Amino acid sequence: MSMDIHAVNDHHDAHADHEHHHEESFVSKYVFSMDHKTISRQFLITAVVMAVVGMMMSVMFRLQLAWPHEGFALTNFILGDKWAPKGVLDPNMYMALVTLHGTIMVFMVLTGGLSGTFSNLLIPYQIGARDMASGFLNMLSYWFFFASSLVMLLSCFIETGPASGGWTVYPPLSAVAEFMPGSGLGMTMWLVSMSLFIVSSLLGGLNYIITVINFRTKGMSMTRLPLTIWAFFITAILGVLSFPVLFSAALLLIFDRSFGTSFYLSDIIVNGAPLEQTGGSPILYQHLFWFLGHPEVYIILLPALGLASEIIAVNSRKPIFGYRAMIGSMLAIGFLSFIVWGHHMFITGMNPFLGSVFVFTTLLIAIPSAVKAFNYITTLWKGNIQFTPAMLFAIGLVSTFISGGVTGIILADSALDIPIHDTYFVVAHFHIVMGLSAILGMIGGVYHWFPKLFLRKMNKTMGYIHFWITFVCAYGVFFPMHFLGLAGVPRRYYTNSEVPMFDNLMDINVLITCFAIVGALGQLIFLFNFFYSIFRGEKAEQNPYNSNTLEWTTPMAHTHGNWPGALPVVHRWPYDYSKPGEEADFIPQTVPLRPGEVDGGGH
Amino acid sequence: MVQLLIYLAIALLIITVSQLARVFELAAELKGGHKNKPTERENRNNGRLWLVYLVAFFSFILWQLLNYGPRTLPEAASESGVKLDWLFNFNMIIIFIVFIITHILLFFFAFKYYGRDNNRATFFPHNNKLELIWTSVPAAVLAVIIFLGLKLWTEITTPADDTKSEVIEIYTKQFDFTARYAGKDNVLGKANYKLVIGANVLGLDSADVNGHDDKIVKGELHLPLNKEISFKIRSQDVIHSVYFPYHRAQMNSVPGMTTLIHFKPTITSADMRKRLKNDKFDYYILCNKICGTSHYAMKMLVVVDSPEEYAAWLAKQPEFLPATAKTAAITEPTAAEPKKEEKGM
Ligand code: HEM
Ligand SMILES: [Cu+2]
Ligand SMILES: [Cu+2]
Repeated sequence: MSMDIHAVNDHHDAHADHEHHHEESFVSKYVFSMDHKTISRQFLITAVVMAVVGMMMSVMFRLQLAWPHEGFALTNFILGDKWAPKGVLDPNMYMALVTLHGTIMVFMVLTGGLSGTFSNLLIPYQIGARDMASGFLNMLSYWFFFASSLVMLLSCFIETGPASGGWTVYPPLSAVAEFMPGSGLGMTMWLVSMSLFIVSSLLGGLNYIITVINFRTKGMSMTRLPLTIWAFFITAILGVLSFPVLFSAALLLIFDRSFGTSFYLSDIIVNGAPLEQTGGSPILYQHLFWFLGHPEVYIILLPALGLASEIIAVNSRKPIFGYRAMIGSMLAIGFLSFIVWGHHMFITGMNPFLGSVFVFTTLLIAIPSAVKAFNYITTLWKGNIQFTPAMLFAIGLVSTFISGGVTGIILADSALDIPIHDTYFVVAHFHIVMGLSAILGMIGGVYHWFPKLFLRKMNKTMGYIHFWITFVCAYGVFFPMHFLGLAGVPRRYYTNSEVPMFDNLMDINVLITCFAIVGALGQLIFLFNFFYSIFRGEKAEQNPYNSNTLEWTTPMAHTHGNWPGALPVVHRWPYDYSKPGEEADFIPQTVPLRPGEVDGGGH
Repeated sequence: MVQLLIYLAIALLIITVSQLARVFELAAELKGGHKNKPTERENRNNGRLWLVYLVAFFSFILWQLLNYGPRTLPEAASESGVKLDWLFNFNMIIIFIVFIITHILLFFFAFKYYGRDNNRATFFPHNNKLELIWTSVPAAVLAVIIFLGLKLWTEITTPADDTKSEVIEIYTKQFDFTARYAGKDNVLGKANYKLVIGANVLGLDSADVNGHDDKIVKGELHLPLNKEISFKIRSQDVIHSVYFPYHRAQMNSVPGMTTLIHFKPTITSADMRKRLKNDKFDYYILCNKICGTSHYAMKMLVVVDSPEEYAAWLAKQPEFLPATAKTAAITEPTAAEPKKEEKGM
């Protein structure tokens, strides 16, 4: 392994000159690479694979929900005779699929995948740094992530099946193997996988924070950072502060499972006999879990919002509206996200007064979120909108962010949460606001930065088709779920056919599943376009969208150290689009201010 | 065979789409368009599609409201449930208005301002007045929402006065619910999980005389009309949730603690059948917290009776330790120390 951890700061301007000195081996170039661009691609490809797995899982359990107890060749083909005899999904496997789908989507795809890809790609590029603060830790971060994903996937192949207590794995269900097959070895593997994931996330996060603080190029003050960087920066801080708490939650659970402690266990009977372990509280776990769990949804969402900010500004050919308000609202969201976790626990028997406090803090978050939404909409106003596929996805994100966000106002109201907690209304809410928004933002980011990732372009027309299919199916799948929830359908039910009260809802489930299948097929277009373009796509030019940010000043090659010569010097904020009195409708950050010109949106 | 066909179909689909995409791209290039910058025509088409989407999306929602709306839960069958529904509708109207307005703006702007070749965007980086408006208006609306919400929440969660309520315990385990009525004294006897052996399914402590007249009922939960019911909820294994969808009430059952809810049923089962014109209608408790393999089948029938029917039904249920059996039981030593029952909220 070559020791090029040094390749980060200004002192290495001469770097390019000795480029040829260390010809890298295949292993150090593509496998154990410490280059932020390669690591970014590693994260992306891993995440794409995991997303396909997560999506296939959702298709299988959607088939079961629409046509309960019917056999499907696809299900049988994937799961085999043990878990899907004659193609009928086994109830334990159903629970396991839901659990892994949630875990994979939330952690592997939208935390590791999203932050890992774009923080790694864009932080050094957009702040003008040669690489991350520590390339070595960065490499470790990826390989821990890889190991974590691998353990999670391997847990699908064990005798008792993978973890199946829901992605939140509440004890005692997850703590005592007798309560559910998935609470045996599968749960152990889940915990191992998550522990690896947390290590990965911390290594990555610390690196992102340090890099943003220390390695900004000359002139790149904090208020000249693109909003993407602000988003990644705040996200990293959230992760570093909250993931350790998840780790402690997991650690105590490991103790309870394997070493006879009783942090979470009390007054329990197993197989007709009282359990020795007693005196703990299952609610403690929920507090610890959601102390991460809620910031986690912003860890997922903020990077997507950051990507969308950049994409929307560039393609509207306008400055993002209210740049400082956008930073302020992200900071406010980040801060508040630490004091709202109790809104997941209104009906756990938590003290109702404490519940009231969480209602208050949670509804406060709606204010900065509303500001962001209005700012995006205003950015479109009087723009000259270039509909690249990325732009379509970014506008889609604004839509889902709003329509999922408003139902949050209902759920955050503790009284109103009582009858809809844990129903499909919640499933609709969080998929739209977090799942869809983040995945739309992430895909938009892939289209937009593909030239920087792989030096080639993705096919635009296929991108259009992909977007419209995805966006139609997205609401087609998740909007009707609100109605299921309001009809009282609980989530995590293997079938709705056991309770007569749901008999008249079958057609809704069928419609949802049809949309889900078409939506999943639509992703094949993306996958084809993605992998084809990596190898055969058209070569990209240097600055394909006429953007202002620094990544487009790097040559269209994967240069070690990013800029062959000196690092660029920054003179202005990144949003000088269509500035009056200027010929071009964009002014890169490297262009000095004219005499008398005011930076940051003044004119 | 079918599988093979499916794969073939998928492969064909991809090939078709990719070839079509190529053709489009080539055509655009021939017209002098830049390959990867959207042409004005592409901008216009996508802009129009946003408009189409707007109309289709709203129509789809309207269709769902008309078609699915009537299938959501019927009117609330409890006193607090009615208030809850009112507040729910109030909030729903607010968010619906916000949703509609923002979506019209978002999709309409996307259409109206699609990129033209000889056009330039307006430089509009910020505006303090606008930003103040859309910070303070949501803040004011939220203040109302918070105020109304917390008022109702406090009302619903203030513990019931057990001397004036019907006290009923709900005991959960994988995968059923058991009810315990407090009997003549309206006080539940103490219980301890270590005593759950054989027929003593709830672990009642026979040393506590309050428990002797308790009535343990499986299968059906009967509730009297128009009387506050105070539920004490316990669990013997994992966390479950006692969810009364029709009464808009829900509380988790947590091993190691007793949780509380209370509500007053206002519509009997018979009455509800008439109102819904459905003589098969029944109230239910559903388990609404993932609790194991058969979570989806964990439920209990709920029957809301008129006070007379309720009294008659209750009289028929056996007591835990009828007076005749009492003397024998009390002399037996108990297996473990009784435990204080109320713990936490
Ligand atoms: C292909 C599109 C998707 C479909 C059709 C889908 C569908 C579903 C369904 C039906 C459930 C089960 C609900 C339940 O029984 O509780 C579920 C659970 C879940 N999904 Fe998705 N989903 C999709 C994409 C996503 C994405 C992008 C995310 C990322 C946030 C996500 C995150 C989750 C989570 C966290 C759960 C909860 C798992 C649990 O209950 O433990 N899903 N999804
Ligand atoms: Cu939360
Ligand atoms: Cu249950």
